[in-house]
Amino acid sequence: MGCICGQDKQSMQAYLQPLQQVLNRYAREERFLVPILQDAQEAYGYLPAEVMREIARSLNISFTKVYGVATFYSQFHLRPRGRNVIKVCTGTACHVRGGGEVLKAIQNVLGIEAGGTTPDLEFTLETVACIGACGLAPVIMINDDTHGRVNPENIKSILDGYRQPVHTEVAAG
Amino acid sequence: MRSAKELNELRAALAQQLAERKRAKPRIIIGMGTCGIAAGAREILKAVLREVENRRLDVEVCQTGCIGMCQYEPLLDVQLPGGPRVTYGSVAVKDVPRIIASHVMGGRVVEELAVAQMADGEPLVEGVPTYDELDFFGRQLRIALANCGRIDPESITEYIACGGYAACAKALTEMTPEEVISEVKKAGLRGRGGAGFPTGLKWELTSRTPSDKKYIVCNADEGDPGAFMDRSLLEGDPHRVIEGMIIGAYAIGADEGYIYVRAEYPLAIKRLEIALKQAREQGLLGENLFGSGFSFDLHIKKGAGAFVCGEETALMASIEGRRGMPRPKPPFPSVSGLWGKPTNINNVETFANVAEIIDRGAEWFAGIGTEGSKGTKVFALTGKIAHTGLVEVPMGMSLREVIYDIGGGLPAGAQLKAVQIGGPSGGCIPAELLDLPIDYESLREVGAMMGSGGMVVMDQNTCMVDVARFFLKFTQNESCGKCTPCREGTKRMLEILDRICSGDGKDGDLELLEELACHIRDTSLCQLGGSAPNPVLSTLQYFRDEYEAHIRDKRCPANVCAGTSAPYQINAAVCIGCGLCVRVCPAGAVSGERRQPHHIDAGSCLVCGACAAKCPVHAIAQGA
Repeated sequence: MGCICGQDKQSMQAYLQPLQQVLNRYAREERFLVPILQDAQEAYGYLPAEVMREIARSLNISFTKVYGVATFYSQFHLRPRGRNVIKVCTGTACHVRGGGEVLKAIQNVLGIEAGGTTPDLEFTLETVACIGACGLAPVIMINDDTHGRVNPENIKSILDGYRQPVHTEVAAG
Repeated sequence: MRSAKELNELRAALAQQLAERKRAKPRIIIGMGTCGIAAGAREILKAVLREVENRRLDVEVCQTGCIGMCQYEPLLDVQLPGGPRVTYGSVAVKDVPRIIASHVMGGRVVEELAVAQMADGEPLVEGVPTYDELDFFGRQLRIALANCGRIDPESITEYIACGGYAACAKALTEMTPEEVISEVKKAGLRGRGGAGFPTGLKWELTSRTPSDKKYIVCNADEGDPGAFMDRSLLEGDPHRVIEGMIIGAYAIGADEGYIYVRAEYPLAIKRLEIALKQAREQGLLGENLFGSGFSFDLHIKKGAGAFVCGEETALMASIEGRRGMPRPKPPFPSVSGLWGKPTNINNVETFANVAEIIDRGAEWFAGIGTEGSKGTKVFALTGKIAHTGLVEVPMGMSLREVIYDIGGGLPAGAQLKAVQIGGPSGGCIPAELLDLPIDYESLREVGAMMGSGGMVVMDQNTCMVDVARFFLKFTQNESCGKCTPCREGTKRMLEILDRICSGDGKDGDLELLEELACHIRDTSLCQLGGSAPNPVLSTLQYFRDEYEAHIRDKRCPANVCAGTSAPYQINAAVCIGCGLCVRVCPAGAVSGERRQPHHIDAGSCLVCGACAAKCPVHAIAQGA
């Protein structure tokens, strides 16, 4: 989704169309705020301010409240993210088995720090506390795929598998 | 489901169907838990399907959850009609054609790849140990994990065929809610989420609060680094958790329930969604269950990434759509929980024990474990250990038995230094306390806690100060910011630890750490803050000399903390000038003429130790 500042009402409506579809799936109650934000992020890739404003309007709660929730949970992002999201596990087991080296290797390959996104919007690099696949430490997750027993040497080939053309593998299972 | 009789008839029919299916065709079963998939199970599945199609085989290909042998993933089972179920481990794509040609088509087990076999009512084959003969399984006692890795988690028929939902039928049709509570109390079941509150008592408190509406919640917000018990359970046997929740709901009088599960567990969520749909189709969720007049339904609530939501009041705030921040107790959730209604919250593993207690009786369950801790506990065994995996052992087993007898000890060359139990809320137990029995009280006495069940083995290359800093960094990052001791205190503690690790520690730092730790422990609003200092306090208690070495000698005994690590040096008298160290050094810090003593530039040395590991004559060591 591109920038929308200075655009007219009509294009704003078109911009918010995917959000309307999300909102229509839920009753307009505060208790659905988290799932609505989750679905909206799924639709937009992140949570633009206009989207959060519209959610606040539609649930009849303050923008501050929506913003508060969106910034409280680590799952939500207020800036655009890469097409592929890499999560490097920094949990205990991965820590003990060299997860830090893996993170460094990815940072080197992509030229970004943890929390950053490559300029071509291909990859976003994040760290997570634990993926829960400690038996295969060190572990990274790319989108919904979990990769176990990774090491600084095989990182590049794993990442290359996710560059364009579009990676089509579906979620686990 | 209108009655218990209907369920019994269904079970008989399903069990027969299943037996017929097993007799009719060979079955190939692939372990498709998150860990299996991460190890390449999906590629194995594709290879199997390809092979089956190419050879036009008439076989059944199915999936199962995690059996707990992470080190052998990916796993593939083959069961021929009338034969045992043979498990192959560490299967590579290239092994698939061989296993299929030899075992599936030729009836000959590929012994060198076979890990174990289970009889499954059929005669065993020779040359392969049974599961019980493996040290890893023989000493385990599986109650919560009984079905994990054995049944297809996406099939309610397999769960029902092996006795599933019978306990639920028994509770709803033959017992009063009071009798259910009394049975769980007598069994001595305590919360498996970490704190160990008696489950029966919790249920009783919620049941006694009069209200027109009550909720039951399953806490599957497993956030401890190093723990994956709940994930494996939900991925491997979701119906067992649902059944436990139905029984709990009946006991307390709730008609609606939530399973709060981490969004980071997409496969667990998917399997739960499938399980809920199947349970509704079979009438095991919905109106008037078993004709008892009791109605109940369940929703899945995806967490959004906040460790503090494992705390029950924060979890409820999150379900209500707010920021997941804890609030003071009382009122306890049993009085005022979700939307102000009485609410009962239990952990995944707690619910997974309920059906067996109702089915086999409180006395059976209470006969397992110790005086104060009954039953079993599931642990995620990870770190520097030969057999990583998921194990379930009777309470009271010693750490030594779990680590050495079940886990196979440490890999060659590694010496056990400490065992971290209980994640960021727990502590590090030193090697000399290995004979400690695992139960709630013993662990608390030595400064650790049961926690949700992460057990990370650490060897001599692990720096305990770094470990403490790692956990504190985690809790500091996850502190919700509501109360000052946790928000500010953990930050100050982390600053001190950062300072010590980078070699800038000073006299008085340890005393200051201890003082801060005790204040944070005693004054935080919730248990996130209350237990955050535990890793620091326990390492200070058992490994104080390591802290002191960092501060006084500016030295990290395990050579982990960069700021305190002395660069490597080459002993010129021993060096043979082979040049191996030059080639492995990532920083180009080593130089020297061939067959002449080499030299390491102290300024460029990263202290990674690669040269020392490679040196054939052990001429390289860290300088003093």
